[in-house]
Amino acid sequence: MVVDSGERRAVDRLFHALSDGTRRDIVVRTLQGEHSVSALARLYPMSFAAVQKHVAVLHEAGLVAKRRQGREQLVSGDVEALRRAGAVLDALEDVWRARVERMGALLEEDS
Amino acid sequence: MSVVSVEKDAVARTMTITAEFDAPADRVWRLWGDPRKLERWWFPPEVTATVQEHDLVPGGRVSYTCATPGGDRSGWWDVQHVDEPRRIELTMSDPGVPSTSVRIAVADRPGGTRVTILVRFAAGDDMDLLLSLGFDRGLSAAVAQGDALLAADQP
Repeated sequence: MVVDSGERRAVDRLFHALSDGTRRDIVVRTLQGEHSVSALARLYPMSFAAVQKHVAVLHEAGLVAKRRQGREQLVSGDVEALRRAGAVLDALEDVWRARVERMGALLEEDS
Repeated sequence: MSVVSVEKDAVARTMTITAEFDAPADRVWRLWGDPRKLERWWFPPEVTATVQEHDLVPGGRVSYTCATPGGDRSGWWDVQHVDEPRRIELTMSDPGVPSTSVRIAVADRPGGTRVTILVRFAAGDDMDLLLSLGFDRGLSAAVAQGDALLAADQP
């Protein structure tokens, strides 16, 4: 299988996200249950903003899901669901790239 | 024609593909406004598709049948929003497949148009949707992907 640059970037993000001890800990905790960012912030000797940043990196790498409930931001580590959703999105991308190509060919045909 | 960008968001379950065409908006609109044209790009080339109903109004329906080596298949769109030639929103409902919504926006740019297509799929049975998409990628690809997914699911 050819690994394209998009996939490589995704893998880079994943490894970068997991290269930090706090972030690995957040993934493990949120896989066991949903945590609010403020609950997570109480667990580590760092600011709320710093924890929020770690969560953002994990989110970017597709390792945690975020949802908002009132003023709280809830984080859960649903890697499996995200991986499946990612696979669907990859398939959707292939289907739609092919469709767009056919759209372009049709437009050229009758111009 | 060129694809300008593809953005995917696994949490929001959306994919946005943006493409530029060297054709004005009214001609781009005919890609789905004319059922005979729609048949030629919505479906993969190896599938013979026929659009049956084609009611492009809010609340309207577009239905189609496809002849495939594996038998006939049918499906339809429920049309939610139509603003010719700028915008269309629809939900695809194929039997046995989680519904997927599609929003297409057509904007002018010098020398042509920029078309933004947002696809959103509901949380649910991802595997069913994946296999249905495999239909569009050819059966062998679907099988290969199913296998790859099953392999990846091993602990």
